[in-house]
Amino acid sequence: MNRAAQASHLLELADVEAALAALRLDAPPGLAPATLREIGLADGYSTIASPIGDLIVAWNGLGVSWIELAANREGFVERHRRAVGRPLDQAALPARLERLVARRLGGDRRADVPVDLRTRSEFEREVLRKALEIPRGQVRPYGWVAAEIGRPRAVRAVGTALAHNPVPLLVPCHRVVRSDGMLGQYSLGGPRRKRQILALEGLDPDRMEAMARAGVRYIGSDTTRIYCLPTCHHARRVTDRHRVPLRSTAEGRAIGYRACKVCRPDSGTAVAA
Amino acid sequence: MNIVPHPTTTADTQLARALARDLDGTFERLVLAHQDRLYTIAVRLLGDPRDAEEVAQDAFVRAYRAIAGYPPERVRTLALRGWLAAIVVNLARNRYRRRPAAAMELAVEPVEADRAAIPHEAATLTESHRAWAALLASLPDRYRVPVVLRHVDGLSFAEMAAALGRPEGTLKAQVHRGLGLLRTAYLRTQSAPEELSA
Repeated sequence: MNRAAQASHLLELADVEAALAALRLDAPPGLAPATLREIGLADGYSTIASPIGDLIVAWNGLGVSWIELAANREGFVERHRRAVGRPLDQAALPARLERLVARRLGGDRRADVPVDLRTRSEFEREVLRKALEIPRGQVRPYGWVAAEIGRPRAVRAVGTALAHNPVPLLVPCHRVVRSDGMLGQYSLGGPRRKRQILALEGLDPDRMEAMARAGVRYIGSDTTRIYCLPTCHHARRVTDRHRVPLRSTAEGRAIGYRACKVCRPDSGTAVAA
Repeated sequence: MNIVPHPTTTADTQLARALARDLDGTFERLVLAHQDRLYTIAVRLLGDPRDAEEVAQDAFVRAYRAIAGYPPERVRTLALRGWLAAIVVNLARNRYRRRPAAAMELAVEPVEADRAAIPHEAATLTESHRAWAALLASLPDRYRVPVVLRHVDGLSFAEMAAALGRPEGTLKAQVHRGLGLLRTAYLRTQSAPEELSA
């Protein structure tokens, strides 16, 4: 009988069982918080750079849930708690999400950044989804958003929904302006910030407001006989010689022009008029 | 050493009822009650602590989504201990099946003690723990899974049978055979140096 065989009489299976029972481990401290974030029952937050300065970005497994300017970070935790209500701790964005956010903030429309809008009502989500359709460097009036989502009389509610946009810049509420063509308010740091962001996107806010003050709401082209909102891609291609400034869509129709099918300038005119 | 005591069946019954009522408000309790055991099962099946942490997290995420899709009466009667263990086992299996063949243990060989050295446990566990962990890691899958569930995690054969969908008799035989293989392998590691010196 060799030594191993002899020893096997000394090592009972019960001893093996006891040795196995001692192999229990404690989960690493990060497991529970990471799990709850992944499911979307808690948020992480960290700071990332953007063209308008550092941002605090809160996120979870469903997407980005909250954005603020890092410069105004005082009270951030409390504002997040009141608006979002989920537990919050500091945690870097997952690499993939961070890359998407950076691309989007840099102007890449194809960067499809997931956002978590569960704290918003269905109406608010609809408003925010509609704002997402406005191309970079262009603006649409509040009344346009209201009409486009089939609630033409809810202009004021649209304004409130945009003011409560939890993810500014990603959902470009800065591209929605007053129906008289003036820029209007902005939640992420006031009107001056709105002007700065739109200028970074290639819009000339001074020129736009000057036109609005002069009563111009639409731009027609005497070659295509189409009228557009002033910042529509198609309006901006019309050369000065062929630009026809219009005060209303009715004025455009009266001279036989039709509405642009891209910017849909008739949306919201019923209430605005 | 576990800060949160091993969840009992009674505590789980209450937890399942609470989950049926309010999933989002209760799920953190489930994570805290079961994270040590799901992590342990994953470490003992995979050997690698980073993989294990990912698998344990993924298991909870899947559990959450599954519960969200179940009718409340089904959630109320979930046998959480076995159900969660089965999710980890499946995810761990998928993961080590994806690994290159060279990384898989095919035979019960004496293994170097540092094979399963885990930074997390290195500080707290003795040489003997590491030796047993390494032996367990080298056990073939069909024995390792039942041995880990029965003797590391502490599930009953009835719970295992329900969770894995295998007859109790089969599981008992596999556990018995697994324990025997472990004992032989352990004795071989103990006797080898003595034989050299003899």
